[in-house]
Amino acid sequence: MSAATLIIVLLAAPLVSVLWSLLVRRAMQWVNLLAALVCFPVSILLLIDAAAPRIYFEQMLYVDRIGAWVLMCVALVYLLASFFAIDYMRHGEDARRLPNFYALFALFAWTMFAAPMANMIGVYWIGIEMTTLVSTFLVGYERRAESMEAAWKYIIIVSGGISIALLGTVLLYWGGTFVLGPTYTLDWSTLDAIAPKMPAVLLQLGFLLALVGYGVKAGLAPMHTWLPDAHSEGPAPVSAMLSGALLNCAMLGIVRFLAATDIAGHGGWPHRILIALGVASLVVGALFIMRQRGLKRMLAYSSVEHMGVIALGFGFGGLLGVFGALYHMLNHSINKTLMFIGAGSAVHRYGTHDMQQMRNLPAAMPGLAWLWLAGAVAITGAPPFGLFRSELSVLMAGWMHGGTRWVAVLFLLLLIVIFIGFLNHFRQMYVPSEAPAPDGPLPGVMTWIPMLLAVAALLLLGLWWPPLFTLWFGQIVHQLGAVS
Amino acid sequence: MTALHFSPLLASIFSLIVIGALLLSFVMLGSRWLKDYMLAFAVQSWLIAILSALMAWAGGYTELYFVAALTALFRGLVLPLMLLWVLKRLHVNRELHEIVQPSTALVLGAVLVIFSVVVAYRIGHALDIETRVVVLALTVMLSIKLIGFLMLAIRREAVSSILGILMLENGIFLGSQILVPGMPLMIELVLLFDLLVAVTCFAVLVRYLMASVGATGSQALQKLVG
Repeated sequence: MSAATLIIVLLAAPLVSVLWSLLVRRAMQWVNLLAALVCFPVSILLLIDAAAPRIYFEQMLYVDRIGAWVLMCVALVYLLASFFAIDYMRHGEDARRLPNFYALFALFAWTMFAAPMANMIGVYWIGIEMTTLVSTFLVGYERRAESMEAAWKYIIIVSGGISIALLGTVLLYWGGTFVLGPTYTLDWSTLDAIAPKMPAVLLQLGFLLALVGYGVKAGLAPMHTWLPDAHSEGPAPVSAMLSGALLNCAMLGIVRFLAATDIAGHGGWPHRILIALGVASLVVGALFIMRQRGLKRMLAYSSVEHMGVIALGFGFGGLLGVFGALYHMLNHSINKTLMFIGAGSAVHRYGTHDMQQMRNLPAAMPGLAWLWLAGAVAITGAPPFGLFRSELSVLMAGWMHGGTRWVAVLFLLLLIVIFIGFLNHFRQMYVPSEAPAPDGPLPGVMTWIPMLLAVAALLLLGLWWPPLFTLWFGQIVHQLGAVS
Repeated sequence: MTALHFSPLLASIFSLIVIGALLLSFVMLGSRWLKDYMLAFAVQSWLIAILSALMAWAGGYTELYFVAALTALFRGLVLPLMLLWVLKRLHVNRELHEIVQPSTALVLGAVLVIFSVVVAYRIGHALDIETRVVVLALTVMLSIKLIGFLMLAIRREAVSSILGILMLENGIFLGSQILVPGMPLMIELVLLFDLLVAVTCFAVLVRYLMASVGATGSQALQKLVG
């Protein structure tokens, strides 16, 4: 299949699921799963195919290696979450609204396929805004007072924040008019081409505004305030999609703007700002994980932390940093999905979000509890899982970089704090006790499948480095101009 | 770049419109009544539409006529009417719980404008721009943006929040008409469309909020912390 066909399939499959859910209103969970099953292999084929950046469909879509990498992460999370949604959403109160849920769910996946492929920077902005609009309804789907509150805060904070990125885009366009004249099309490759020639003040200001704007969406501290609410109050499959897939889509934009400043030769300060945001995210993550009681809120703060790790990776730059950050994107996508699946099951089983009321987990969720524990160990960055390798790579990038050595030390300390805090919560949940078994529904086979797949993938990625990754990541590093 | 060469008369008219838009954002800042916000927002949008049309005529960007018509229709008419409808259903007329008095808010707004002037002049200086109207447009773009954020911070009614977000984008629209009139038509159209979708979402959400939380002020939203 040609790349154009692959793109059409990738964009069509979720839409078919949307239409099916809205029109047929029966068996939509299976159609949605089918769509996800189609999307994942297609995204891998697209990733293999994307050797050089190419533009498709009347300048509308742009696929390069890093974009395809993010698409693959999205498709993977979509697949795992679609399995789990079948099991999780069965227990909802109102079966009549279920078709709406699946329509929104597939549409959310579609927006996350569309946004990273946008060629024009303005269209990318619209794509990211669309992801917010669709997912707001998913966050508020359960219509409890808490989920409405979370949805409202989500849309207000993120829409307000992302409008800063629009201002940045306008300033960058303005900068381009000094090079190309009043009317031209601002797409990603044009930005790279004109960045060295445009007035430095506009490029710098444009970058800063874009970083803050998309940083809101990527959940970088201190712009992360919407994230714990939205991630904890939505249904668990939605939390997985928000955390595993959506944050990467916004991070992609930041990385591309960063590449433009690199190409323009603006030296280290954009990197230093990204590093600062990364450290802030790690600090916020560490502090709030320690004192958290809500299970999904803790996982949400863990997402802030891991976005911080990815920001550090791109901030340190160089081969090791970018390799680590990209690998971490994939690992975190898989791992956080696994965690939210386990959390959703536990919340249903115990009927509460409060970790202090979840006791004696191995007895409450036989078998599954151990898969979840493996995920918890993995997400703190312990070997032999994938996140250990990616975090080690980012850490080494910081250490070797010279000027950022103290950041690397701080990074390591914070990782240790998070390791202790996170696993301490799990220890309390897993210690055998006399607590009576909860009476919520037991997770079924559709929970087992994605959890098994995720743990196997994490283990595989921790023990084996796919040789193709070296080639792909090398191309991305080259394209981003991150080699100094 | 064409933005730098206006005839003196045109430049004066542009300046007038831009300053008018800025004043309207102060009207929003200084009032307690939600209907006043709505009217000020509508008039501000009409000013932007007029600016678009003038730009189309002066710079020869025919597609901007289209943008002007759509801005007037969507932002000047449909959105305010929609918000009015929401207001009627919610039976809220004014801000009940002020964090900051309107008079204090006006002073804060003035401080933000001064900040914007400083930033705009520095940018103008760095770019060697002598044209007053460009620096002015930049100032007003940043000011309206900052005042929008101020509105978001100090107003608690849900409808005020929506208007705050809309004002953020009005600032960008206003500035971009003068700074980058050649920005592709399609993007502007989609932005307008996107806005419509956004407000629809907001409206739906406000209703749910009313149904499940029982209030539309954000002081009721304090369950999720830490």
